[in-house]
Amino acid sequence: MSCDDTVDCGRRRLLVATAAAGGVAGVAVAVPFVASMLPSERAKAAGAPVEVDISKLAPGEMMTVEWRGKPVWIINRTKEQLASLAKIGEKLADPKSEKNMQPAYAKNETRSIKPEILVAVGICTHLGCSPTEKFKTGAESGIDADWPGGFFCPCHGSTFDLAGRVYKSKPAPDNLEIPPHMYLGDAKLVIGEDKKA
Amino acid sequence: MSKVNAILQGTLNWVDERFPLTSNWKAHLSEYYAPKNFNFWYFFGSLAMLVLVIQIVTGIFLTMHFKPDASLNASGVPVAFASVEYIMRDVPWGWLIRYMHSTGASAFFVVVYLHMFRGMLYGSYRKPRELIWIFGMVIFLCLMAEAFFGYLLPWGQMSFWGAQVIVNLFSAIPLIGPDLSIWLRGDYVVGDATLNRFFAFHVIAVPLVLLGLVAAHILALHEVGSNNPDGVEIKKKKDANGIPLDGIPFHPYYSVKDIVGVVVFLMVFSVIVFFMPEFGGYFLEYNNFFPADPLVTPPHIAPVWYFTPYYSILRAVTYPLFGIDAKFWGVVAMGASTLIIALLPWLDRSPVKSIRYRGPLYKGFLAAFIVSFFILGYLGMLGPTPMRTLVAQICSVIYFAFFLLMPIYSSLDKCQPEPDRVTSK
Repeated sequence: MSCDDTVDCGRRRLLVATAAAGGVAGVAVAVPFVASMLPSERAKAAGAPVEVDISKLAPGEMMTVEWRGKPVWIINRTKEQLASLAKIGEKLADPKSEKNMQPAYAKNETRSIKPEILVAVGICTHLGCSPTEKFKTGAESGIDADWPGGFFCPCHGSTFDLAGRVYKSKPAPDNLEIPPHMYLGDAKLVIGEDKKA
Repeated sequence: MSKVNAILQGTLNWVDERFPLTSNWKAHLSEYYAPKNFNFWYFFGSLAMLVLVIQIVTGIFLTMHFKPDASLNASGVPVAFASVEYIMRDVPWGWLIRYMHSTGASAFFVVVYLHMFRGMLYGSYRKPRELIWIFGMVIFLCLMAEAFFGYLLPWGQMSFWGAQVIVNLFSAIPLIGPDLSIWLRGDYVVGDATLNRFFAFHVIAVPLVLLGLVAAHILALHEVGSNNPDGVEIKKKKDANGIPLDGIPFHPYYSVKDIVGVVVFLMVFSVIVFFMPEFGGYFLEYNNFFPADPLVTPPHIAPVWYFTPYYSILRAVTYPLFGIDAKFWGVVAMGASTLIIALLPWLDRSPVKSIRYRGPLYKGFLAAFIVSFFILGYLGMLGPTPMRTLVAQICSVIYFAFFLLMPIYSSLDKCQPEPDRVTSK
């Protein structure tokens, strides 16, 4: 912008300043509209913990409960299933659960508080489908001949073992999430809350 | 009679002094000179406009009865799902309007894919028509968004899990991804908030953008003039009045020709609407006849047919790269597979535009591209197996090679000379 006889630079500066201020105001007005699309107060409040009675869950069985709109699996693993977890380490992407997908008390080989009971969010870490259980072992599972049992995501083919650990070279990047949970007595489980102390 | 004519002429003059009616009629229809050698492939642009009108009109009537509400009604069925059933069973002719809309969605993609393929066959994206192509690609992206938002509305199992997967694609973006997908959903999971906003996007936001883009697409086309199957510029040879020697007025010549296309299209469309609206599960997927259940993913989920090629490319990426998850690169590959089409005007270095004068290299690459596009589309409908993933990986490489190697093979190719003027039998 050059100042010569035909341009009144004082007015030009005022115009630029006004347009800039107007632009800033315009951007500021967008903020409430963008923010209105965030989760509402009601949606934020809806994440209450759920209590589950697992006394009827026999070894080898699985149940699903809803927590924050997501499926949470509770699986009572048999001794053979637990034994299989130790053997498949090299096939897994994160066998030692190094990534932060579980509370500290579930960062162990079985990814659980009680070795046999797995509590996991049944949402594939790839794109959020819910994997299906493939507890049958070997060729009968339809996956491969030395399949030790686990989960198969129908959407993009990720596979997980019976501790929710993801296999290598699959689209899912992480192990299944272990939600915060704790036991109130022997067979009563609370999902969504744990003792911080 | 002459008196009536005088009144009509007077009215027209009155309007023309206040609004450019006659001049626009001439500029876009009666004195818009289109090449005289248009063939079968040139039906699909006007058919896309027809389908757009069908979708808008049927859509307006559907909104009169549809309820974007995910809460459960007294019988434990989500309200949105129940309102679609209500349209199908209780609203007079509601089934017809809804089947026209659902069939129209697939028909839209059929005609748009054919319209795009026409552009590739005859080099319609080449200079000076790059902006027409860009506008068209943005229309295509809007159309995909429109289809995706609309697919959630019936709130069936495929609606729910499809939206779950696609919204989660955004969570693959490093750093901002997880928050971005929460913002898109308006909740921590796909829920009522998501359904409501997708309804808003589907019925007002995207259609408004789409209409504006269609106007821009046509204005840009009428500025530079239409390409043709020979890929030569008719404006280079004009008569004494400045009218292209090989041009004929769009109206009546092509308006009449397009009506033939419309009639044939509507015959096929009606057969599908009346006799096979689900089209064997390809237009309306069977799992979508179950209400959405956030706890159970159907054993087999697949997008509707028009998304499956890109979905296959998404699934084909199973290797991490540069320390970032395969998930992110899958999303990048899928995005790139749609966006790269927009770069064609700059990737194509051939001296000729039309397939008629191109050499064997381009024809071979185009054929390989089309074959891999169909294979990817087919694989995207099936569940993944190691063999299928490998095939999808090979086809994805061919898909991208068609575009990325184009600057090389299109300039090396042995082309035939273009004619001076359009040819016709």
